[in-house]
Amino acid sequence: MTWIAKPRLHHPTLARNALGYTRRDYEGKVSTLCAGCGHDSISAAIVQAFWLMDIAPHRVAKLSGIGCSSKTPDYFLGPAHGFNTVHGRMPSVLTGANLANRSLIYLGVSGDGDSASIGLGQFAHAIRRGVDMTYIVENNGVYGLTKGQFSATADPGSVSKKGVANTDGPLDLVGLALLLGASFVARGFAGDKAQLVPLVQAAISHKGSAIIDVISPCIAFNNHAGSTKSYDYVREHNEAVNQLDLVPSRNEITVDYAAGETVELAQHDGTFLRLHKLREDYDPHDRIGAMNYLHEHQARGEVVTGLLYVDTAAQDLHAGLETVETPLNLLSEAELCPGAAVLEHINSSLR
Amino acid sequence: MTAEDASPGVAMPVTDARTVPAAPLEAVNDFVVKFANVNGSGSASANELFARAILRMGVPVGPRNIFPSNIQGLPTWYEVRISGAGHLGRRGGVDLMVAMNPQTWDDDIAEVDVGGYLFYDSTRPLAATKMRSDITMIGMPLTEICNSTWADPRQRQLFKNILYVGALAALLRIDMGAIETLIAEQYKSKPRLLEPNVQALRMGYVYARDHLPAIGLSVRRSNAVGDRIFIDGNRAAALGCVYGGATVCAWYPITPSSSLAESFQNYCHKLRIDPASGRRRYAVVQAEDEIASIGIVAGAGWNGARAFTATSGPGISLMSEIIGLAYFAEIPMTIIDVQRGGPSTGMPTRTQQADLVACAYASHGDTRHVLLFPEDPHECFEFAASALDLADRLQTPVFVMSDLDIAMNQRLCAPLAWSETNRYDRGKVMSFEQLEAGTDFGRYKDVDGDGIPWRTLPGTHPTRGSYFTRGTSRDAYARYSERGRDYVDNMERLLRKFDTARSLVPPPVPNASHRPTTWGAIYFGSTAPAMREAVESLEQAGLAMDILRVRAFPFSGAVREFIESHGPVFVVEQNRDAQLRSLLVDDFGLDPARLVPILHFDGTPITARFIVGAVRAYAHEAGMPT
Repeated sequence: MTWIAKPRLHHPTLARNALGYTRRDYEGKVSTLCAGCGHDSISAAIVQAFWLMDIAPHRVAKLSGIGCSSKTPDYFLGPAHGFNTVHGRMPSVLTGANLANRSLIYLGVSGDGDSASIGLGQFAHAIRRGVDMTYIVENNGVYGLTKGQFSATADPGSVSKKGVANTDGPLDLVGLALLLGASFVARGFAGDKAQLVPLVQAAISHKGSAIIDVISPCIAFNNHAGSTKSYDYVREHNEAVNQLDLVPSRNEITVDYAAGETVELAQHDGTFLRLHKLREDYDPHDRIGAMNYLHEHQARGEVVTGLLYVDTAAQDLHAGLETVETPLNLLSEAELCPGAAVLEHINSSLR
Repeated sequence: MTAEDASPGVAMPVTDARTVPAAPLEAVNDFVVKFANVNGSGSASANELFARAILRMGVPVGPRNIFPSNIQGLPTWYEVRISGAGHLGRRGGVDLMVAMNPQTWDDDIAEVDVGGYLFYDSTRPLAATKMRSDITMIGMPLTEICNSTWADPRQRQLFKNILYVGALAALLRIDMGAIETLIAEQYKSKPRLLEPNVQALRMGYVYARDHLPAIGLSVRRSNAVGDRIFIDGNRAAALGCVYGGATVCAWYPITPSSSLAESFQNYCHKLRIDPASGRRRYAVVQAEDEIASIGIVAGAGWNGARAFTATSGPGISLMSEIIGLAYFAEIPMTIIDVQRGGPSTGMPTRTQQADLVACAYASHGDTRHVLLFPEDPHECFEFAASALDLADRLQTPVFVMSDLDIAMNQRLCAPLAWSETNRYDRGKVMSFEQLEAGTDFGRYKDVDGDGIPWRTLPGTHPTRGSYFTRGTSRDAYARYSERGRDYVDNMERLLRKFDTARSLVPPPVPNASHRPTTWGAIYFGSTAPAMREAVESLEQAGLAMDILRVRAFPFSGAVREFIESHGPVFVVEQNRDAQLRSLLVDDFGLDPARLVPILHFDGTPITARFIVGAVRAYAHEAGMPT
């Protein structure tokens, strides 16, 4: 067999969330990725985020494209339906799924090959439409499943395991998402779970397209000296602008931080993002400022992480399409079919 | 005196005396009128007015637009078959040409049957070499009349069209009351435009009545139209999607399918608004390309909404990868392919039936898809709705194979029909209750022997029924597996499912000859009206033939029986490579020599004359009297 079910033995002392679920209820099958893969850390962050947010796992639909990253939805949220689509087309399939049932939470998982190369068009257009989703790009700068070719996010001069230097310019998905009008743009690092989990939580509670680019080192093909997507490189060049907490609306909001260091942002779903500012000059409400900041630091070889931009008043695709609140897949025949009498009227107008 | 000297209303008749033929054609309710225009000149609505007026007189018409891929300036034609006997296909040949386009004059005049008529704008004199002596030339100084009546250049152009409709009404004895009623209906909401249109119409009528010679063609009131309706296939298919319960439409503009998605949106806007909230019970997304269109349809189908796309051949090519995913992952989706001439950009505004093989086997690997073949707008409606049912029942892509001829031309057809007892077939969707009761759920398990597994929708049950959908192979419980046995079992089950489809799709429609014969012909889709007319005329000539209209792939056993009990069997279709014949040979494992192809693929709709010619040529070669 080429699949492995995780043993479902629960330790009685495992902590339970408000729904009574333990973290194990948010896990999936055993990962088949390489030991130490950054993607597995991201899966763990996703498990943690959903558990913390008390979201029943089966109310999530998880979709992906093709590649190492796109295999991961099988490794978390086992009780949720998953859809491993085709290469680069997750955004459109997710869009359709979201149109069919707006009451579920949509999580798209993709990679740098899937989103920055073959799927760049769909990445862009799903953002343009404001599809309500959390879109995580597990970005390692390399094609892992086909054994180490450069991807479109690889930096020029970055050296492959075989010693070949990349000469093509990189695509920066965070910069692009800002340009395309995404209402939530963040960057995380697979090696920094403390920062990543709240980013995922915030993205889930965001109404609209939430993009998180997660630098996720490929230990098999892109974790050597010379790579700009290695654990060492990112740790040395990480420029975190802020650190988040997600505060559920039912909790009393207390301010533990000195004014000027903490910002609270009301989210569409009633939760609050509490932002600990690590850089005084950084404002996550300023799209143009975010672009400038990003480019200035990129030019210095720094990897900016944190919540880079958020528009808490954003609307999603359903608002634009003015669809009914009832999920379209639940509408009854009586609500959909105009009936024989109306058709007879149409017939008589055609004579 | 030349036409330039004449003032409107008092001009001398301008029929060219040199060209009066010996035997002008005479016909009542049985002739072909073709309008040659410049596109973008506003002729389309005037020409439609002409066709509709004849319909209102109870006489069947079959109009066809033959238009360029262009917005303004290129030649366009509108051909109207007037047939009291009810033949709605193209007959071939032209009895009266309304030649309004100097660019195409030479071809247009050449196309008129001997003894026919040509109506033209005689404002500027034409050289004698541009005339024909074996047809009747009827000149009317249209430009001159317009220029002296209206000052606005746009009005001059538009009313020129109405003017010739008025003149044709006089020549062909079309009921002016019928035309004026139609104009009144058209401008109900714009009364300011009503009067000048009626004025132009009457001006053309009076001029023709007073100055042009009588001709041998005429329309006589009849009641051969019955309760039939006049609609184009794209609108009918769009309504079929509304009635069939489609809630998600994703599309990308492409001729000749764009008006289908636009009509769906328009009808939904009228018929699918939630009365309480004013919000929409549908979602239409104009995607960035056909790949995204079909991706959206796949996602919606996976998640339990009825979803469709409308496209044409180039779109099918782009969609192929996701169509293969949907076949293998077993996702319901409806694809309406409005076929045009290919390959590549081919002839985007001309008609063909040339996507059969591309759709039947769309995508890589071993795939096989269900195709439905509507013959007219009535079936476009019916098949669009039933495709949504079949897709849910079979959990697979279902194609409705329309074409430009049906889709973009108004066709007289039976009224659209919907029974109040119709119920949507949502197929095998396992409910919360079934899961809660502990029903065994294997996403790819054949529990009923029909090859169709059960599915669950996301979000149904907290702990049961979730599965991971993928394009890679898996076992009956949707667990990733590259074992050969699991793969083969699954692929064989998909074949069983395809066999189940055979009994669910619309059955073929036979039409037996009045006399016993072994000759048979198989045809489908928009070939139907020309085929029926061809068979009538062959029978009158002593060549009896049974015909069978196939309406779906896979084919039912009745198709095989028809082939086995006839010889020769012609397969009549509108493509170069005899694609229906290939599907028949493949589906039944037939000897290809048993099927004689008759192929029409110049981009115009097939004619009865073409089919008759091909059958007679075969009979002649076979040494039979023809």
